Amino acid sequence: MLPSGRAAFVWLGLGATLLALLPLAVSPYYVELGTYALISAMLALSLQLLVGCTGLVSLGHAAFYGLAAYSVYLITPASTGRSIFLALPVAALVAALAALVVGALSLRTRGFFFLMVTLAFGQMLFFLFHDTKLGGGTDGAFLARPVLAVFDWQLPLTRRQRPYAVYYVSLGLLVAMYVALVVLLRSLFGRVLEGIRVNEHRMQALGYNTYRYKLAAFVVAGLLAGVAGHMWAMHRGFVNPELIGWHRSAEALLMILLGGLTTLHGPIVGALAYTALGEVAQSLTERKLLVEGLVVLAVVIALPRGLSGIALPSWARRAAVPPAAKPIAAKAHHDA
Amino acid sequence: MDLPGLLAQLLNGVQYGLLLFLIASGLTLIFGVMGIINLAHGSLFMIGAYTAFLVARQWGSVWLALPVAMAAGIALGLVLERCLFRYFYAREHLDQVLLTFALILLFEEGRSLLVGNDFYSVPVPALFDFSVPITAGFSYSAYRFAVIGICLGLALLLFWLIERTRMGAVIRAAAEKPEMVDVLGIDARLVHMSVFALGTALALVAGVLAAPLYSVYPNMGDGFLIISFVVVVIGGLGSVSGAFWSALIIGLVDTLGKAYAPKLAGLAVYVLMAFVLIWRPSGLFGQRT
Repeated sequence: MLPSGRAAFVWLGLGATLLALLPLAVSPYYVELGTYALISAMLALSLQLLVGCTGLVSLGHAAFYGLAAYSVYLITPASTGRSIFLALPVAALVAALAALVVGALSLRTRGFFFLMVTLAFGQMLFFLFHDTKLGGGTDGAFLARPVLAVFDWQLPLTRRQRPYAVYYVSLGLLVAMYVALVVLLRSLFGRVLEGIRVNEHRMQALGYNTYRYKLAAFVVAGLLAGVAGHMWAMHRGFVNPELIGWHRSAEALLMILLGGLTTLHGPIVGALAYTALGEVAQSLTERKLLVEGLVVLAVVIALPRGLSGIALPSWARRAAVPPAAKPIAAKAHHDA
Repeated sequence: MDLPGLLAQLLNGVQYGLLLFLIASGLTLIFGVMGIINLAHGSLFMIGAYTAFLVARQWGSVWLALPVAMAAGIALGLVLERCLFRYFYAREHLDQVLLTFALILLFEEGRSLLVGNDFYSVPVPALFDFSVPITAGFSYSAYRFAVIGICLGLALLLFWLIERTRMGAVIRAAAEKPEMVDVLGIDARLVHMSVFALGTALALVAGVLAAPLYSVYPNMGDGFLIISFVVVVIGGLGSVSGAFWSALIIGLVDTLGKAYAPKLAGLAVYVLMAFVLIWRPSGLFGQRT
């Protein structure tokens, strides 16, 4: 799961540097696309804490992402954007609180039951915004985007500079999120989560209250998804119910599977690859979903370990992250 | 509130609940025997509804769509099980979720290619295109009565099949102890294929029955799928009789809620689910763990 050895950190640093240099090399359109990819990467990375680390497959994760974006909308006055230093903590806290409630209920169940309950609660929030006028209803709503400001001083940005600023803020937050997760997973807390993934009963027998650990992981994942949701609001200045819907949650799962279930950087690789794939599909055909469906099918059938599982040439393999621990423990026939 | 109005809503609720049972029973049967959740089950329902639309447009009869959907459902179920699902029973949850998610995308794109993205209404079959007078000022759609009757008939058939026949005994045994079924010399693969085909056919038939009531539209399966999940969660995963009672409860709660508190109705079933999870996490009719 975690990067180990000096070589792994060299590769990670190289990747981050490449992402940081990207805006210098491409047109503004690709900077916007890159921002979207980074936001997706944050969402997928936050979900990896549940899926890859703890072995909890949630199908309602986008609810916290969308809810955070909506809470930015709800606290923003009509004309001027809020400071990011207000909007970001509020969005993340709202997402974390929602995750606390949803998690407390859904973690009373296991396996596919858990999956269906998270999906149902996610759809409940979807319908809340879809059917009521709380956030513009079905069509969604525009909002004044959060600005980089401290008290009365605002970073002066021209219309052309702004996308670059949002790109670097997103990249900075993604790196911070990754580092925070590495620290978290190296702690005792992270070890317990890993233990729960491999054998929950044994962890209970060792005296750990696994429910509490899983709930804590669920809340942290919700909080981080909230950070991603805030960045969506800051990036697009628009919210609609699709942000909450379960197709977005399934996309996040797909990014994880595409990148690799067993590494922490997998979701980031998967999100970048998935966004690029969507872009290529869009330029080739109007049937974007058809291409996506076929790719998902191909990945699930042919690449169960994701892109990280593709055999690398020997010189690269030596440098790459060593194969991590076993994937999620083999599922029992009746785990519900 | 006037009594005839309430009666109409109660009947609507029962009819909606029975339709949900047809979808949820397939979900819960497939889970009970194979241990897999088919997210594309809502798409199968959608395929059934579009079958009704296409058959009605082509031949002018919705009735013809019932045998067509049944045959198509069985065939589709057999092909899906044999070519895809069979290889995923032993895989991780995540793989199964994404496999069935990919199927949703493909089915929806196929629907978009074949029929397009417009809303279509499907005519109520001529035989039932009238209202049954119940009291002086109140009558109720004959087609909805017919749907209630057909669904109840199918539910009884399903219970008879599972509780009283040899095949049902094998299915129950396969859900309980799959290894034992193998040891007894019964080909578990055949059991899997038939259960899958049965669940698929039920979903398609539900779609046919629903088409004249709700018309057909893109992503129509999504809403029904999620509500069926709530049904299965409340009923207890893997329990067919649990699914029956909880489908009726959900149908009534949702319909009465929409009639008398339209603003909160969308949330009512989820609040119900939350309470069931607090009270009995394994469902009202599931076995306590």
